[in-house]
Amino acid sequence: MAVNAKTLNETEFFYGHKACAGCGGSLAVRIALKVLGENAFAVLPAGCMSAVGFNFPQLCFGNNAIISTFAGTASMLTGVQAGLKAQGITDFHAVGFAGDGGTADIGLQALSGAIDRNDDILYICYDNEAYMNTGIQKSSLTPFGARTTTTPAGKNIHGNIRPKKNMFEIAAAHGIAYAATASVGYLNDFMRKVEKAKNIKGTKYIHILAPCPTGWGIKTDETVEAAKEVVDCGLWYLAEYENGSFVLNHKPKEFTSIKEYLRKQSRFRHLTDDDIEIIKKSRDAKWEFIYKNFN
Amino acid sequence: MKPYLREKIPAGFEDIPDTTSYEAGFLVTKNAGWRNVRPVVDTDKCVGCLNCYLYCPDGVIFKKDGKVAVDYDFCKGCGVCKKICKIGAIEMEAEK
Repeated sequence: MAVNAKTLNETEFFYGHKACAGCGGSLAVRIALKVLGENAFAVLPAGCMSAVGFNFPQLCFGNNAIISTFAGTASMLTGVQAGLKAQGITDFHAVGFAGDGGTADIGLQALSGAIDRNDDILYICYDNEAYMNTGIQKSSLTPFGARTTTTPAGKNIHGNIRPKKNMFEIAAAHGIAYAATASVGYLNDFMRKVEKAKNIKGTKYIHILAPCPTGWGIKTDETVEAAKEVVDCGLWYLAEYENGSFVLNHKPKEFTSIKEYLRKQSRFRHLTDDDIEIIKKSRDAKWEFIYKNFN
Repeated sequence: MKPYLREKIPAGFEDIPDTTSYEAGFLVTKNAGWRNVRPVVDTDKCVGCLNCYLYCPDGVIFKKDGKVAVDYDFCKGCGVCKKICKIGAIEMEAEK
């Protein structure tokens, strides 16, 4: 039976942390650890979740957890699983929680290496679409048009000029054992994917979109709504990659308004109708690709 | 195990670890002071659907007698629970 709110492990493994109120990233970590259980060994690189989880003596992980170098989430996971195996421990889940910068920019080569070796690890990227912990700098997963402190919105340039890197398909292109996308707005889908990844041997990659009220410029109670809306308006999608093929898990019958989604966030407030038209076109092109190549 | 508040707070050099590891789930401060508003659950309306429990970023909502209750020591008052509650059983009240 699929894991849901009623059957989910009642123990909290990520508690008392100092994340901003309404943090999407902490929700992703909390739920993943509840699905994985007490045998999870968590690795966290520099980023929001290590900054809010380990403020000695306030240590907010109830299971084994360690901070890695910024670039080394996946390589430390490799070491953790090798060390556990060498000790004869077989019942464990080596899980990493890295942000978008720690995954798509700084940690990409270590992740690529781990997938190449097919080490038995689960890598979860909580994507809040910028380096939020250090003060909202652009990462390669920041979407087109978003204002960050390194891509300010001015008269001539309207925020970030580059599109979001396609991290899910980059992971899949390795021929990885399992990869998936998720959103904190659709937790039942995310829990199912973590549960599935838990029982697969080899490297697993889950990319979960996790809004950041501070960096996105939304109210603290709008995190989950925004994470739902981004899927409903087609700017994010819920999919899986397994046995060499892509599967789309959630087919929106009709997209909700992109404009409405963007206008709620102060990072997009400066966008003109022309900018929004560019975003709409890139969404439509993406979905054309998805319908052609995903099952 | 769930992290919990400890009575003794490491204060002197003798309490500080000389390695890079320390006890898991070691809490010494609450987060209650972050809050301007607090969620209050109307247990007459609550049907125990557990959506608020599932979507709480801080995990401070827990099951109680088939319904839910809030750990106010660690709730930050973000209001996600109020928005996610379809039947309107959670209200945000100003902290006095």
